[in-house]
Amino acid sequence: MHLFDQLSPHQQFLLISFVKVACVFGFTMTMFAYAVMAERRISAFIQNRVGPNRVGPLGLLQPMADGIKSFLKEDFTPDHVRKCYFWLAPAVTFIPAYLSLAVIPFGSRLGAEKMVIADLNVGVLYTFGIVSLGVYGIVLAGYASNSKYPFLGGIRASAQMISYEIAMGMSVVPLFMLVGSLNLSDVIAYQANGAWLVFKQPLAFLIFLIAAFAETNRLPFDLAESETELVGGYNTEYSSMKFALFFMGEYANMIASSAMMVTLFFGGWTLPVFGLDQPASTLLGGLLHIGIFVGKICVMLGLFIWVRWMLPRFRYDQLMDLGWRRFIPVALLNIFVTAIAIWVTR
Amino acid sequence: MIVNRKELNLWERLYLPAVIGGFKVTVKHFFQKKVTMQYPEEKWSVPQGYRGAPYLVKDQESRTKCVSCQLCEFVCPPKAIRITPPGPELNPETGNVEKRPKEFEIDMLRCIFCGFCQEVCPEEAIFLMKDYALTGESRKEMVYKKEKLLALGGVHHDRIMKWKRKETEAEKQEAFPVAKE
Repeated sequence: MHLFDQLSPHQQFLLISFVKVACVFGFTMTMFAYAVMAERRISAFIQNRVGPNRVGPLGLLQPMADGIKSFLKEDFTPDHVRKCYFWLAPAVTFIPAYLSLAVIPFGSRLGAEKMVIADLNVGVLYTFGIVSLGVYGIVLAGYASNSKYPFLGGIRASAQMISYEIAMGMSVVPLFMLVGSLNLSDVIAYQANGAWLVFKQPLAFLIFLIAAFAETNRLPFDLAESETELVGGYNTEYSSMKFALFFMGEYANMIASSAMMVTLFFGGWTLPVFGLDQPASTLLGGLLHIGIFVGKICVMLGLFIWVRWMLPRFRYDQLMDLGWRRFIPVALLNIFVTAIAIWVTR
Repeated sequence: MIVNRKELNLWERLYLPAVIGGFKVTVKHFFQKKVTMQYPEEKWSVPQGYRGAPYLVKDQESRTKCVSCQLCEFVCPPKAIRITPPGPELNPETGNVEKRPKEFEIDMLRCIFCGFCQEVCPEEAIFLMKDYALTGESRKEMVYKKEKLLALGGVHHDRIMKWKRKETEAEKQEAFPVAKE
């Protein structure tokens, strides 16, 4: 502590931010590993079979086996690809997925530190900007692979992701009209003082949920990598570590979307009971808040996994129809109705 | 052929009944009994007449029943069996059973478990048993020799006991000198 106090405030801030980044990164990696494991187990149970249960008790060490396999597999670059973009694409997919976690409040505070990496006043705008970058990775992968299945996957993915970004952005505008600020900690404070926003804006939640499925390329919108139609879609030509980066990017997107949904609609780290809706004053309270947040993310991830095995895939024209001709008018209608309601009840 | 496409009402066009139906089906299946068998702990029971690995048998007096007629070697489709018959000199331990094989090898990697050897054997000396999971660490290890085949084959109760009956009849007739065991 003495060494810590000797540094200037600027350096202290850097050090603490570094620790927070390392923690969030480690947490997301672990969450990713166990999300893959949970997906395999849950999808197996839905299909009347058992998932992997041999490695470790109940198969809990399976992610370690997967990780070792990823490292030891041959990393093959086919001859016909455009090498520069081929190597860039996994990184361009992976990085924005993790960047969008920087503004999400994981808890209230531990000691004197707020549990956000960057408490931006334009939090949500930052997130939507980063999510738009995520399109490039898939498009590059499809283009660079120079072969028909990845090409089709990349085209479909680009159109799909761009269409649903608009619906996603418009659907949360009423929320910020109610809250009055784009800062995510303010959104949580607003929900702590009143009801959760999912009860005040159910239509916005529904549109955001479905748009989140489309943005993360999960069923029922996974045309980009539909295994039954396109072999692997945009990640057909990738092996070992590059494929693992794509996979990590997809699951990190899922985790980030779940975290956004929990923060915007389900009250983030608060629970309306036991006085847990105020920022914590003790270390235990802070840890409890983080635990609540993680629990809610797990429930949302379970929803993502469950819906994958529940619904058939959308056809491409049905998907575009839904995104442009149905969600955007409904989201606009929602904005008008909320505006009128706020004006009338002022 | 005319396909009837029903007009969907508003409720159905929102896809909500489809989604709710999907919920019900997946939840039902989540809690149903799983069909997976945890393999090394639970094994399935082989049906009767199952053709596993072929092994040599002894009768209830521990005599090897095989007489190296080499019919199984001849009929085996992938030529997995190799027999070396004994030479012309009498083997004192086999008594009046002629031609016990000097060496009998079955290459388990070539065997196709067809059962022709069991069908063609005139002495009922080779049987396909219930063993289906054969493992070894090298190709040499998977070529089973006579001792291993006899050990794995076990005892087959012989109601006829051909050679013993011949021995006792010959003794009664005293037509040939019989070498005592």
